[in-house]
Amino acid sequence: MVGANTIQSMYEDMVTARYYEERLQEVYLEGKQPAFDISAGTIPGELHLAAGHEAAAAGVCAHLRDEDTVTAPHRPHHVAIAKGVDLPRMTAEILGRETGLCKGKGGHMHLFDPDVNFACSGIIAQGCPPAVGAAMAAQKRNEDSVAVAYLGEGAVDQGAFLESLNLAALHDLPVVFVVEDNDWAISMPVERVTDVENTAERADGFDMPGVRVDHDDAVAVYEAARDAVGRARDGNGPTLLDVQVHRRMGHFMGDAEGYRPDEDQERAQRLDAIERLADDLREHGVDDAELNEIRETAEERVEDAIEWARDQPEPAPEDAYENVFVDGTAAASGGED
Amino acid sequence: MSKPASDPGTGGADRELTMSRAMVDAVAAEMRASDDVFYMGEDVQDYGGIFDSTEGLLEEFGRDRIMDVPISETAYVGAAVGAAQAGMRPIAEIMFADFVGVCLDQVYNQMAKNTYMSGGAVNVPMVLTTAVGGTYNDAAQHSQTLYGLFAHLPGMKVVVPSTAYDAKGLMHAAIRDDDPVVYMFHKRLMGIGWMPAPEGPKTPVPEEDYTIPLGEADMKREGSDVTVVTLGLHVHRALEAAEELAGDVDVEVIDLRTLVPFDTETVVDSVEKTGRLVVVDEDYQSFGVTGEVTARVAERALGSLEAVERVALPDVPVPYSRPLENEVNPGADDIVAAIESIK
Repeated sequence: MVGANTIQSMYEDMVTARYYEERLQEVYLEGKQPAFDISAGTIPGELHLAAGHEAAAAGVCAHLRDEDTVTAPHRPHHVAIAKGVDLPRMTAEILGRETGLCKGKGGHMHLFDPDVNFACSGIIAQGCPPAVGAAMAAQKRNEDSVAVAYLGEGAVDQGAFLESLNLAALHDLPVVFVVEDNDWAISMPVERVTDVENTAERADGFDMPGVRVDHDDAVAVYEAARDAVGRARDGNGPTLLDVQVHRRMGHFMGDAEGYRPDEDQERAQRLDAIERLADDLREHGVDDAELNEIRETAEERVEDAIEWARDQPEPAPEDAYENVFVDGTAAASGGED
Repeated sequence: MSKPASDPGTGGADRELTMSRAMVDAVAAEMRASDDVFYMGEDVQDYGGIFDSTEGLLEEFGRDRIMDVPISETAYVGAAVGAAQAGMRPIAEIMFADFVGVCLDQVYNQMAKNTYMSGGAVNVPMVLTTAVGGTYNDAAQHSQTLYGLFAHLPGMKVVVPSTAYDAKGLMHAAIRDDDPVVYMFHKRLMGIGWMPAPEGPKTPVPEEDYTIPLGEADMKREGSDVTVVTLGLHVHRALEAAEELAGDVDVEVIDLRTLVPFDTETVVDSVEKTGRLVVVDEDYQSFGVTGEVTARVAERALGSLEAVERVALPDVPVPYSRPLENEVNPGADDIVAAIESIK
């Protein structure tokens, strides 16, 4: 059984993440219309939104503490929100501002918040080895913290993932690999790139438990993750979790998804884990007025973050030369004229 | 429609093409000519390449020859090496040059070295295509050119087209070459619908096949006062700078087009004429293209060399935020300033 408070907490994370992506979608298009120019507007560059992935974030991160490490891939916002990353500073980073999490150097695929041990990387599957390393550090220091590596289903054919499974299993490291299966690696459907239908079975080859959550449901993810995170925290080694999610917004902003059958996109819109979780809350006696209040609170939080971020200054050009090295050593050619 | 429309260019005898259309033109012609040519990459089928590098090829050649691959660069780039050694002429695409990190061994220990390490017993006639460059705020893992990295590691030829005409001729030459050729196309020059190209890369492109020999730089603009040597996107920025200075400084602009083999003669001849050298590169400054060009000139024409300036990315990872990337990626104004400082 999963209690009402837990479900409500996950629901809060999920509606926050969903509204965040919806608002970023709007902010991203500012200055990019009518002609779409990726380098124009309030948020330039690529933007990978995670609407439809929220259950995988909320259901796993509900078991995590600040000292637990999470690595996320190029589609990170929902996980960051569920892990408790500072939302205003994350938003400022996405807007390229001086007070962003990374002083404007990283952007939306490269968010680092050491206060809650969150990081993400834009290179497919490359968050897996650092998560293994965080788990290794915990094990060596006899701490009971765990690490969670998020990756997409397209990333499971990458060496960094498979090598990480082996290393983690070999040393019984406290790490959980969470595969968010949205059926699409940009334009490539799963069946085009692998004959392995069930990603969770890949764990068998590494003598590690593999669990598939085959429906996009936060409570089901929560229950699977309770076992996986608990196992890691108790010193019993890694687990591979394979979670079905849905991609509601294209691979990145500007992706018209011409390669994707309409019914697949319609299915993603229809199978909404947030609606499913709202039904669960109703069964626990939460009425629509309370659900509305949760959503409004979440929306207010997002609006505040965006408003704060917009007011932040851009970094000064010369800031580009800082942070190459910890000790302030200048870049070899940095800033010289 | 899989994405916002690309500019298809104009047809007819004097047709103008974008760089991506010209590149695809050459790949298609070589695929028609030989069943040994095939293309592997991520999202190269229905998407047509994230940067339009294969757009339209699936319809003509089908899924056996235009192959979507798993996100497994080590496997498919290495498979291209093996297929090439078996006598085929594969083209493998790494979506962003930055991603070479995940498969570097297949690139620099296998593809690049097998000819030499076998004493010439085998060769690797493949093309490795990859998108390079910044200017659109995609941060340090998606914005590098890495020209110097590929050119530094011996055994690979390296080409960098800056126009549609060169894109076609260099692709024909690359596919026909008996050695591995790294074909680095700048995203900003491709003519992608969602990333507007500057003036310049879209050029007339003949219908018929032609090659541009590897190792021949292109004199883009003749001048007598200062030599600017560059490649890729910055050819166009250098030409813009030269135009801005016209009447004041007579600037010669050389587009290297090929890094390996390197056209030392064209560069040295120019500096012997002008005495002043500005090298412009979107790659990191230290230990890279700007240093190599300067060294070659110094070795061969030290007496003629009165002044040198390097304009390149200072040695920092490419930052995300607009003012930060603008600071580090050389603009036409930076090139103007460098020329003026030594004129």
